[in-house]
Amino acid sequence: MTQKTITRADIADAIYRELGFSHAESFKLIEQMLQDIIEALSEGETVKISKFASFIPHKKKERVGRNPKTGVKHAISPRTVVSFKASNTLKNMLKNS
Amino acid sequence: MIKSELVTKLAEQTNLTKTDAENIVSTVFREITKALVQGNRVELRGFGVLSVRERKPRVGRNPKTGAKVEVASKKVPFFKAGKSINEALNKNQKTSKK
Repeated sequence: MTQKTITRADIADAIYRELGFSHAESFKLIEQMLQDIIEALSEGETVKISKFASFIPHKKKERVGRNPKTGVKHAISPRTVVSFKASNTLKNMLKNS
Repeated sequence: MIKSELVTKLAEQTNLTKTDAENIVSTVFREITKALVQGNRVELRGFGVLSVRERKPRVGRNPKTGAKVEVASKKVPFFKAGKSINEALNKNQKTSKK
């Protein structure tokens, strides 16, 4: 099976076909939705989409890392990262796909 | 934030009915799920990339009895956060290069 890459355009197309919004409007709506998710995450909120997955912001403390090539130590600044936890529904759908 | 809250927010921002907003949100996640099930990757610039990774078969153990069990290979969803999601989340912090 050859792998395809699905982008906003494909999702916008599905919204156009199934719900009748114009392509331009579909794009805007997808964008707005993604921005809303990002905004919630940046406020430290977990975003939980049932039957799909949770996006969880995790705060990381500063730590010392190493350049794996040279072995030189340097500090890794504190940061927030997003972790993705798939729902059981999604996991089961993929398991044997 | 849960899905219904996302729907409410989207409806308010766009003057859509809640039903329309709900349909939009559902369609987006359904399309992503569909793509992943078909083995495709989903690239949403500025947000992240969702893909499917294969886990090799392995020998696991029942933690209670210690008995060995074969664990079949399986596919798991994987999310890699995009650049701008990381930037949005870290805008208040000085980020060192790299």
